[in-house]
Amino acid sequence: MTHVLEIRDLQVSYYTDLGRAIALNRVNLNLKAGEKLGLVGESGSGKSTMALAMMRMIKAPGRIESGSVDVDGVDLMKLSDEEMRLARLSRIAYIPQGAMNSLNPVMRIGAQMVDAIRAHIPDMRKEAMIEQCMKSLESVDLKRNVFQMYAHELSGGMKQRVCIAIGILLKPKVIIADEPTSALDVVTQRQVMETIDRVQKEMGAAVILIGHDMGLMAQFVDKVAVMYAGRLTEVSTVRDMFTTPMHPYAQALIKSLPNLKNKGVFQGIPGLAPSLLRIPTGCAFHPRCTQAMESCKTTIPEVQDHNGRLVACHLYTEGA
Amino acid sequence: MRLQLILRRVAFLILVVWAASTITFFIPRMSDRNPIRERFAELARTGGFSASDLEVIVESYNKKFGLDKPLMEQYFDYIGSVAQLDLGVSLNRFPKTVTEIIYESLPWTISLLFVSAILSFVIGNLLGAIAAWPRAPGWLRSIATPFIMFTGVPPVLLAIFLLFFLAFRLKLFPLGQAYSTGIAPDWSFGFVLNVMWHQVLPAISMILGSVGGWVLSMRGMGITIQGEDYVNFAEHKGLGGRVIFRDYYLRNALLPQVTGFALALGSLITSGSVVESLYALPGLGSKLGQAIQANDFMVIYGIVLFITMSVATLMVLVEFLYPLLDPRIKAD
Amino acid sequence: MTTMTTTAPPIVQLSRMKLLAGYLRRNKSLGIGLGIILLLVLFTLHGMVTVDQARAYPLKAKPKQPPGILDFSAEAWPGKLPMGSDFFGRDMHAAMVRGMWQTALIGVIAGAAGTLVGVVLGFTSAYFGGVFDAFIKGICQILTPIPVFMIQIIIASSLDKRDVTIFTMAWIVVMLAWMGPTLVIRSQVLSMKERQFVSVAKLSGVGNGGIIFGEILPNLLPFIAAAFVSQVFAGVFSSFYLAIVGLGPLREPLLGNIIWGAQSQGAFFNGWWWWPIWPAAAMVLILSALALINMGLDELANPRIRRTE
Ligand SMILES: Nc1ncnc2c1ncn2[C@@H]1O[C@H](COP(=O)(O)OP(=O)(O)OP(=O)(O)O)[C@@H](O)[C@H]1O
Ligand code: SF4
Ligand SMILES: [Mg+2]
Repeated sequence: MTHVLEIRDLQVSYYTDLGRAIALNRVNLNLKAGEKLGLVGESGSGKSTMALAMMRMIKAPGRIESGSVDVDGVDLMKLSDEEMRLARLSRIAYIPQGAMNSLNPVMRIGAQMVDAIRAHIPDMRKEAMIEQCMKSLESVDLKRNVFQMYAHELSGGMKQRVCIAIGILLKPKVIIADEPTSALDVVTQRQVMETIDRVQKEMGAAVILIGHDMGLMAQFVDKVAVMYAGRLTEVSTVRDMFTTPMHPYAQALIKSLPNLKNKGVFQGIPGLAPSLLRIPTGCAFHPRCTQAMESCKTTIPEVQDHNGRLVACHLYTEGA
Repeated sequence: MRLQLILRRVAFLILVVWAASTITFFIPRMSDRNPIRERFAELARTGGFSASDLEVIVESYNKKFGLDKPLMEQYFDYIGSVAQLDLGVSLNRFPKTVTEIIYESLPWTISLLFVSAILSFVIGNLLGAIAAWPRAPGWLRSIATPFIMFTGVPPVLLAIFLLFFLAFRLKLFPLGQAYSTGIAPDWSFGFVLNVMWHQVLPAISMILGSVGGWVLSMRGMGITIQGEDYVNFAEHKGLGGRVIFRDYYLRNALLPQVTGFALALGSLITSGSVVESLYALPGLGSKLGQAIQANDFMVIYGIVLFITMSVATLMVLVEFLYPLLDPRIKAD
Repeated sequence: MTTMTTTAPPIVQLSRMKLLAGYLRRNKSLGIGLGIILLLVLFTLHGMVTVDQARAYPLKAKPKQPPGILDFSAEAWPGKLPMGSDFFGRDMHAAMVRGMWQTALIGVIAGAAGTLVGVVLGFTSAYFGGVFDAFIKGICQILTPIPVFMIQIIIASSLDKRDVTIFTMAWIVVMLAWMGPTLVIRSQVLSMKERQFVSVAKLSGVGNGGIIFGEILPNLLPFIAAAFVSQVFAGVFSSFYLAIVGLGPLREPLLGNIIWGAQSQGAFFNGWWWWPIWPAAAMVLILSALALINMGLDELANPRIRRTE
C-alpha cells in the first residue's frame, strides 16, 4: 500500500429547507506520504465540505451518505465515535478556515495545546506534554513564550501558526489546511506557507492545501485538484495543470490568472456557479462550457486516468 | 491603566449613590402634601411618646427633613448624614435608629439572598447551557423546559402557591416565621436546623422564580457560542465532549452572564423583600413592609437607600471581578 | 452559500387567519401566550356582563365564604359566591373581574406611555447624537444599578394613600420604566443609521422626516412591539409588587391589593386559602402569558433560537 490517504466515493448532502444540496458528489482521491495537494475551486464548490467529511465533522443538516476514507489503511468511516475522536489530530488533522477565531479567547495558548495532547495520551507526564507543545511552537517559528499568551495578544499570522502548531502536535499522517492564508498579508502568507512546507517535509505527512490563490499554491504543492459543484474535475501535477490544463473548467481557471500578457484584462469565467440544489444534468459545467457537446447535457463524465492525470470530461472519453 | 479603571468605577459608584440619595431626598418633597409632617402631627396628637422622646425625634427629624431651613441647606445636611450612614431614627420603634434596624435584620436577608442568588445562577446557567448543547441527551436537555415556563412568574406568586400546597395543604413546611414559636434563639444545632427548615420554602420560591430567566439567557448565549470557530476546532483536536463543554463552550458563554448577575441583583432583592414579608421572616424586606404600613418614613427611606447602595456597590464589585474572568479586558 | 437560489414555492392562496393559525402552531410561546390572554379577556368580559362590579368592594357580600363554584345549591347572601368572599366582604368573583381589567389597564397605560417615551427619547438621542445623546445615555447608565422598585416605594409612600388611584399607579410605574425601551430603541436606531438603505435615502436627498418616518420607523416596528409587551409586563409586575406591600389604591380590588389584604389578615393561618389563591392564579396567568408572548416575539425576530429545539 503506497497511498497514505485513499478517498473512495465520498458523498455529502445538506438537507436544507429548500431541498437536498449534494455538496460532495462521489469524490475519489489518493495521496502518497509526503505528497502535497492543492484543492481549488470556486466558493461553495465543496472544498471545506470535503475536508470536514474526511474529519467526520459534517454537522446537521449535512450527512455523509457514502464512501470511505482510508488513512494508513484504516477506514475512518468505519470507526466508532470514540475511535474517530482519537483519530482526529493523531491520524488526520484539520487546520480550520478562519484561524482568526479558532482559538479559545479565555484560555492560554499553552492550555489549548496541552488539552489536545491529554485528550489522546491521558497518562503522559505533564512536563513532557509541555515540552512537546514548546517544540511544536518552535517548529512553526513561534517563541516559547507564546505558550503563556492569550489569543488576543497574537497577530493574525501568529494565530495561524498556533493553529498549525496544534495541527502537527501529534504528527498526523494527513494534514488538511483550509485556506490557511486567506486573511493574511502577502508577506505573511509566504512565511506561513513556507512554514507548512518545512514542517511537512520534516514529518513526511500528506498535506491537502485548500485555497483560491492558484499562484501561491503553485509554488508549494505537487498536485492540484480542481473542484466544481461538488465534483473533482481534474487532478494533475502542478506543471501539467499550469501548462496544459485538460478540463475546460481548469483551462478557464488558468486563463483567468493574471500574467504579464493579459495584464489589466480581467478574464473571469462567464456564467454563474450552479446552485447545488439543482445541479445541471450531465456535466455540471456544461452551461458554462465553451466546448460542450450533446452528450455533456445528459451523461455525467466519469473520472478517467490519462497518463497519470485524472480528468472528468467527455472531450477525453473514447467513443463519446 | 488599572488604577484609572478602578478610579472610574469608584467615581461611578459614588455618582449612583448620590443619585439614589438625591432621589430619596427630593421625591417626598415634591408631593404637595408632606406625609411626614402629617404623620408627625398625628403622632403628636395621639401621643404614645414622652415629651423628651418626642424632642429627640424632632431633632433627628429636623436634621433630616428640617423644614425651617432652606431646601438646599436641608439637602446638604441630608447628604452629609447619609455619607456618615446616619439614616435617622424609627418613629415607631423609637429609640431604635434605622441603622440598628438594618443591622439586626441584615443577616436574614443576606442568607436568603445569597443562597438563592448563587443556586439559581448555577442551576439556571447549567440547565440553559445543556439545553442548547446539541450533543447532550434529549432528556437532559428537556429538564430546562419546566423552568422556562416559570420565567414570567415572580417569586412572590410561587411563594403563595408553595405556602398553599406544601405548607397549608400538605403541612410539610411551616406557614412562615423565622423559627418555630416557643423556642429561644441560640446557636444550638436544633435551633439552626429549625431556622433552615423555615427558610426552605422562601428559598425555593426565590430560586424557582429566577432560574427560568437564567435558562433563557444562557440558552441564547449557548446557541451563539456553539457556532464559534474555537468550539469547532476543539472538536477537530479530538477533545472529549466534557472538556469541550466545560472549557470551550460553558466558560465563554458564562462570561456575559456574570454581568447579567450584577443586573439581576436588583430584581432579586426586590423579590426577596416581598417574599420575606410574605413568610414573615425578620429581614430587611419585612421591616420595609412594616414601616410602609406604619408610615414610618425614616425607616422606609433608610432601608431603600441602604438597599440601593448595596446593589450599586455589588454591581461595581462584580465589574471589578470581571477582568479576572475575561483576559481580553485587561488589554483594553 | 452564494450558490443557493430560491426555488419559488408554489403559490397557494391561504386565508390570513389560516396563515396566522399555522404560524402560531409553530411559534408555540406566542400561540400559548395569546391563548391565555384570550381566555382571561373572555373571563373578564363574561364577568362584566353577569356580575355586579359594586360587589367587588368591602361589605357587599357575606364575609369569609369559601368558593361555591362546585356547590350548586349554595345560596349565600345576597347571591351566589362562586369564588367565595374575603374577610372584608368582597365577592371574590366580582373582585377578580374588576381587578383583572384594572390590572390590565395599568399595564396598558404604563406600557403605552413607557414605550412612547422610550421611542421618542431613544430615537432623538440616537438619530441626532451629540450632547443630548450623551446625557440620555448617562442618565440611563446611572439609573440602571438603582432597583426601580425601591424608588417606586419612595414615590408611592410619599403620596397620601387616599389619593392613590389605579392611574397614579400607572404613572408611578412609567416614571421609572422608560430606560429599558429607550436603550433598546436607541441601539436599534444606531445600527439602522449605518445601514445601506438609510445612506441611500440620505444621498438621494430625503429629509430627516422622510428618513425617520419612511425608512427607519417601519423597520423599527417589531422592536417597538417587543418593547411594548415588555413594558406592559413591567407595568403589571411593578404595580403588583407595589400593591402587595400595601402601596396600592387600598379600596380597589387590584390583584396585588387583594393578596396584601389576605396576607395581612393571615389568610392561610385562618384557613381562608381561596382569598390569596384566586388573585395569585390570575397574576400567574397574566404574567406568564406576557412572558410567553415576549419569548414568541424574540423567536419571530431571531429565528435561530428556534433551531435548537
Ligand atoms: N451547514 C450547511 N447547511 C446547508 N448548506 C451548507 C452548509 N454548509 C455548507 N453548505 C453548502 O455546501 C456547499 C459547499 O460549501 P463549502 O463550505 O464546502 O464550500 P467551499 O468550497 O469551502 O467554499 P469557500 O471557498 O467559500 O470556503 C455550499 O454551496 C453551501 O451552500
Ligand atoms: S464534459 Fe462537456 S461540458 Fe463538461 S467540461 Fe467536458 S466538454 Fe465541457
Ligand atoms: Mg471553505
